[in-house]
Amino acid sequence: MPKLVVKGLDKQFRHLDKRVSALSNISLEVQDGEFLILVGPSGCGKSTLLNIIAGLDKPDSGSVAMNGVPIKGPGPDRALVFQDGALFPWLDVQKNVEFGLRQNGYSRTQAAEKATHYLNLVGLIKVAESDLHTLSGGMRQRVAIARALALEPEVLLMDEPFSALDAITREDLYVELQDVWKKSGSTIVFVTHNVREAVTLGDRVILLAADPGRIQAEFPVNIRRPRHIDDVEVARTAQQISHAMKVGRSSKDNSTEQVVTFSG
Amino acid sequence: MADAVKRVAFFAVLILLWGVIAARGVWDSTLFPGPLKVAQTLWEQFHSGALVSATAISLRRVLIGYGISLVVGVPLGILLARQRNLEVTVGTLVSGFQSLPSICWLPLALLWFGLNDRAILFVVVAGSLVSITVAVQDGVKNLPPTYVKAAQTMGTPPFRIYTDVLLPASLPSILTGAKLGWGYAWRALMSGELLFVSLGLGQMLMQGRELADMSQVIAVMIVIMALGLLTDRVIFGSLERHVRRKWGLATG
Repeated sequence: MPKLVVKGLDKQFRHLDKRVSALSNISLEVQDGEFLILVGPSGCGKSTLLNIIAGLDKPDSGSVAMNGVPIKGPGPDRALVFQDGALFPWLDVQKNVEFGLRQNGYSRTQAAEKATHYLNLVGLIKVAESDLHTLSGGMRQRVAIARALALEPEVLLMDEPFSALDAITREDLYVELQDVWKKSGSTIVFVTHNVREAVTLGDRVILLAADPGRIQAEFPVNIRRPRHIDDVEVARTAQQISHAMKVGRSSKDNSTEQVVTFSG
Repeated sequence: MADAVKRVAFFAVLILLWGVIAARGVWDSTLFPGPLKVAQTLWEQFHSGALVSATAISLRRVLIGYGISLVVGVPLGILLARQRNLEVTVGTLVSGFQSLPSICWLPLALLWFGLNDRAILFVVVAGSLVSITVAVQDGVKNLPPTYVKAAQTMGTPPFRIYTDVLLPASLPSILTGAKLGWGYAWRALMSGELLFVSLGLGQMLMQGRELADMSQVIAVMIVIMALGLLTDRVIFGSLERHVRRKWGLATG
């Protein structure tokens, strides 16, 4: 049985008194232990889709089920890593990682133990007692990842977690995330607009198109890990996806006028 | 260190200037006493215990009133920021009260409570509660929305979103509100004491006026200023420094 089943999702937003289709008839499955990437241009609804899976947003119609159980709201079984980290500046690194555990009934010592384990996993045990503002952007995102992993979620959701980082830090984190994913055996759904990042990380890449947000194509990635963003095979697959993205965008341009016409 | 030197030098020059002007007798010395006369009065009033007991009474009043405002204002501010229905109803009322100087409540307070401490407490609360509430409300509204979302995805129950996320997250704005509220509480108390209530620093001011003793008036004014500076620098100052360090905000 797949870990996560998304069936016939529709979601519309109001924009300037017009209804804009953010998601239209999205169906997909995520297998246990899979590293799935949702990639697409801005406005394709990839973050909306992730928020719906997280339970932070509700679809107009359609359903999301995990292990066969429909999703009702947000929960620690689908921890989400945010683009800005969303770490809590009033807590130190260790306490940030413990936060979710403490909310879910772990005792102080249990939470501390688990937090220590995951801080070790992302290589940050040395700064456990530091305040967040003393950390670099890359370290902060590693804390955010540790905080989510510590909850041992059924599915780890990641919303462009590396997009605010510089290229060098990002490349380090690609290696690290693949390593952490292998060690923890988690299922990951990862949203990005960066095609190369998608191919470097994913087992499978789902390409979304905008207006309305829909699944345009799907690309299995069978390149040997650990992958590096400069690998020739990564570049080649990325090129295919980029090409498909461009095709999708130009076909969208032709149809936009009929689908949505903004006033003015 | 250099700052402290500058500060002392500035006040020394100011007092010297004051002394020179007073000594030249431009104004009548009963209306414009010099620094020595004021210092003497300050010492006498301090020694007789009048100043100490007046300060204690005023401080007690302001602390109780301010305490009530903090205990009510902080949760109210957080609630107003989070609950749309409360914001459009109670929030509008709060904004309305904000434009009302707290001393305007005095006639009502006198009729409701009579000439006693409860009336003055009411005015103090009316003065500080609203400013604390509004500052906290603004602070919570400006928090990154991802804090709450992150907490929700980590399984935080609704009530603990308030206690474990919104409350600590809004600490910087709570501090701003607390500081603002303290100023308003203190002002409200002084106006109230000046206008009617017995005892306290405000009344000592009025007494000075009635005795035509300007040195007493100025002495009390200096005490009020000193108390204000003390709370601002020592209490709020150190709290602020702590929060700024923790949050990694610029240390001003």
